[in-house]
Amino acid sequence: MTIVMVIAGTMLAAAAVLAVIRVTLGPRMLNRALAMEVVVSVVVSGLALEAAYNRHATTIPIMLALAMAGFVGSVAVARFVGGRDAAPERRPPTDSSGGAQ
Amino acid sequence: MSWSTVADVIAGACLLGGAFFALTAAIGALRFRNLLARMHAVTKPQVLGLILLLTGLAIELREPGVLGMLFLIVVFQLLTAPVAAHMVARTAHRLGDTEDEIVYAPDVERADR
Repeated sequence: MTIVMVIAGTMLAAAAVLAVIRVTLGPRMLNRALAMEVVVSVVVSGLALEAAYNRHATTIPIMLALAMAGFVGSVAVARFVGGRDAAPERRPPTDSSGGAQ
Repeated sequence: MSWSTVADVIAGACLLGGAFFALTAAIGALRFRNLLARMHAVTKPQVLGLILLLTGLAIELREPGVLGMLFLIVVFQLLTAPVAAHMVARTAHRLGDTEDEIVYAPDVERADR
């Protein structure tokens, strides 16, 4: 089991390094957000690997929270980079009989 | 050869496969040429690798109590990965980061640059 852990851990470390290289290279913000999603997922994978090796379940809630954080971060960057155009404001009805907003 | 050993072997295979898929996702994110190709590498093998790793963890732990939580993580990944990829792709297309030859989305307004 130790050999499996060493091999899998090495693969995950290499994955993290490659993703960080993409973060530094990434032409624009969206590429970096994408690569950071890989990094977060690698961290979750590393926690799962460690939990499997030591046979404990204490880090599983952390994995859940990290998965959520990766999603929220990616969406937030996408909305932020898009600026005003990413969130088109709802057009008011043409017959403007509504009250003041 | 006991059932415990068999479970260990299956869990080890799952963990190795999951780590391999994470590595392929990172290689794809680094090597692929444009944003949409990278997004393809990031979303699909990534989620599959995480599912494999969590399956290996569940087989290794052998506790019914943690199954619900692991299942929740998998479901959450399956729900959120397409949404995040969709939003990143839409923003990229709006900003003009996608090639016009391969992307046809006439109903998406693009920012003027």
